[in-house]
Amino acid sequence: MSIKVRIRFSKTGSMKFLGHLDVMHFFQQLMRRSNIPICYSEGFSPHQKMSFALPLSTGLESYGEYLDIETERSIPSKQALFMLNSNSVEGISILSYRELKEKAKNAMASVALADYSIRFREGYEADFDLKKKLDELLNEDEIRVLKKTKKSEKELDIKPFIHKYQCLEDENGYLIRLRLSCGSVDNTKPELLLKALYDKEKKDLDKYALMITREQIYTIEDGNIVSLEDMGLETE
Amino acid sequence: MRKLALSDEILLEVDKPVRYIGNEVNSIVKDKEKIKLRYAMCFPDLYEIGMSHLGIKILYDMFNSFEDVWCERVYSPWIDLSRIMKERKIPLFALESQDAVKDFDFIGITLQYEMCYTNVLQILDLAMIPFYSRDRKDDDPIIICGGPCTYNPEPIADFFDIVYIGEGETRYRELFDLYEKMKAKGFDRKSFLHEAAKIPGLYVPSLYEVLYESDSLNSMIESVKPLYDDIPSRIKRELVINLSDTYYPKKPVVPFMKVTQDRIVLEIMRGCIRGCRFCQAGMIYRPLRERSLESLKKYAVEMIKNTGQEEISLSSLSSSDYSKLPELVDFLIDYGRDAKLNISLPSLRVDAFSLDVMSKVQDIRKSSLTFAPEAGSQRMRDVINKGLTEDDILSGCREAFLGGWTRIKLYFMLGLPTETEEDIRDIAILSDKIARLYYDLIPKEERHGRVQIVASSSFFVPKPFTPFQWAKMDSKEDFLNKARTVNQAMKEQLNYKSIKYNWHEADVSRLEGVFARGDRRLASVLINAYKKGAVFDAWSETFNEERWLQAFEEEGISMDFYVSRERDINEVLPWDHIDAGVTKDFLIREWEQAKKGSVTPNCREKCSGCGARSYGGGICYEH
Repeated sequence: MSIKVRIRFSKTGSMKFLGHLDVMHFFQQLMRRSNIPICYSEGFSPHQKMSFALPLSTGLESYGEYLDIETERSIPSKQALFMLNSNSVEGISILSYRELKEKAKNAMASVALADYSIRFREGYEADFDLKKKLDELLNEDEIRVLKKTKKSEKELDIKPFIHKYQCLEDENGYLIRLRLSCGSVDNTKPELLLKALYDKEKKDLDKYALMITREQIYTIEDGNIVSLEDMGLETE
Repeated sequence: MRKLALSDEILLEVDKPVRYIGNEVNSIVKDKEKIKLRYAMCFPDLYEIGMSHLGIKILYDMFNSFEDVWCERVYSPWIDLSRIMKERKIPLFALESQDAVKDFDFIGITLQYEMCYTNVLQILDLAMIPFYSRDRKDDDPIIICGGPCTYNPEPIADFFDIVYIGEGETRYRELFDLYEKMKAKGFDRKSFLHEAAKIPGLYVPSLYEVLYESDSLNSMIESVKPLYDDIPSRIKRELVINLSDTYYPKKPVVPFMKVTQDRIVLEIMRGCIRGCRFCQAGMIYRPLRERSLESLKKYAVEMIKNTGQEEISLSSLSSSDYSKLPELVDFLIDYGRDAKLNISLPSLRVDAFSLDVMSKVQDIRKSSLTFAPEAGSQRMRDVINKGLTEDDILSGCREAFLGGWTRIKLYFMLGLPTETEEDIRDIAILSDKIARLYYDLIPKEERHGRVQIVASSSFFVPKPFTPFQWAKMDSKEDFLNKARTVNQAMKEQLNYKSIKYNWHEADVSRLEGVFARGDRRLASVLINAYKKGAVFDAWSETFNEERWLQAFEEEGISMDFYVSRERDINEVLPWDHIDAGVTKDFLIREWEQAKKGSVTPNCREKCSGCGARSYGGGICYEH
């Protein structure tokens, strides 16, 4: 009987330029270098049983990336973390390795919410009172944005998808924290809110202005918000 | 954390930024304060091409095993990034440290194909280093090259300070010691290069004078002579005689992105016994030297552990000639079963053994078998000394069809010396014979549709140090007419519906031919074409023939002089001062044998006295 395992990792620094395919490729090899007893499919070119929660756009950093694997046997979390991290690279750290219940939903199907933090890149700071204007925008009944997909453009209200909002100011400038709906249904990109604000202020938001970090991904279990890693348990 | 040479905005703007950030598993970062010599190892093409190259992996590993040296990697920035770097004056940088390579001690560039020459200029340009060796100052890096194109380095000789002739394992330590010694005393570029020219295998082009018969740009070379009498008049190729007892990269760098050859490479031997007369590699890597079975097993296991890669590939010019091949393949299949390892076996002769192995390592229904008859008629195959008869091909195909294969790939060349229309049409006839064999052999009820035969032809380019180095090359029109003749002949065959024929473009082949056998007068054409925008000429999307034709015209240089005439065996060839190991007498003998269509036995059957015996090892001493 194979064991389901959930792995949380961070992707920071220069590693933010890895595309999703590169990340998958990296983890396939990392499993092999670390001697994780991962399960393979049958056939002439066997594939590892591995799936990722939610692809991260190139250029974003994250402390809340997830993948699920199936292993042939249980190994202690501490040992697995040690093996994975000693075979990884600077910028990709394995943060947790936990076993899931047999019937647990996979990471991709579990995704419901995600936390993001946003800062402005040096030289692209807002030239208006961002906190005040953002507070005002969030107090309105709806926040309409133009959402572009490959096929069409449509206007939609993203207010219902913003679950938490906070804007702070420190020595590095503004820090905006958001909790947004995400996953296959109501996937909301964090830059959409800022885009809506800049549109309202009749200003241009440069495509490189924002530095976005994904902090965590959550599921909803019996009405409770639970991080994806907390769906699993550490093993001794 | 490392600071990248490029800003976030640039990296997000360009295609595949992962090419430029380094930080891969097994890449090596050293403390700058503790090293004496910085070396930038460059493959002048895209990252995903260059990262597959074995030679660089070997030298990267070897140089970094030296405590005083830090070797880093550099690849050609694609045209999107190179435009930005030029505009914003961002100097070319090495992947590991992200430091500008113009501050390094050496930049080593591997020359694997002639069509990378404009990329060499792009590298120098972006690095902000003068194109010509003579214009460089004491604080510019030493620009050195290696690889197969160095057997005629003349077209690019003016751009290099040193040309390393032969296998890199042997002389770099000596060169580094010399450099460090002279750097400690206050560096003088000229005297360093003069001293370097005394090290065997190192050719310093600026110290050799080329004289022509006249001032005309179409005149022949009269002589190539060293300027000093304490440096050799001919530079002899270096090689490693005992391959089991040398460097091997057990921890090769693992790229993040899927590269062209995303696999572990196990080099099983160097050199080739076959002696195909068109093949430069078969001549310039002589004699055949095998790595021991035991060391290969050990390397394979270590590399599998250290890289996590899922596929291993055996590398050599003709893997079937490796004497311990069955043992090695058995070991890999056994080991690979548990490690879930795919095994790829390129350059195998198709016979009962190889079919058995292939049926174990790949899905027969999905894979195709490859034959390289190179020519359609037996006469032509004898001219090129292919050592393959029609019987060999047909019996290989018979075994393959009985084993369940239904897809066959065939490789041919057009424009070979002495070629007639009949030879060309035989390409179609041979393809059809293979199809007929299938339909005769496999009863209707056991067939899964048609047999699929894909025949491809490329155009023959004569290369230095081959018996065909004197041969005339076809014109573009000749090439295309020949391809059309084959195509027409294919349509006349009984089984034409089972055969697909395609052929390569002819314009690149011709340029390749010019630079393969060119001389120093071509340097100006290269710079002219580069200034017109020629770069990445090996890529069909960036190659532009018009630019090249203009560059040749403006420089007053005729391409025909280099490719469209048969050269006399008494003519001084631009590469005559390079000694590749095979003697000119041998090449002349082979050229004459070719014209008579007579075959020369391979090195295991009988020594043909090519000259490689002078190295004192390898197959030459196995009898």
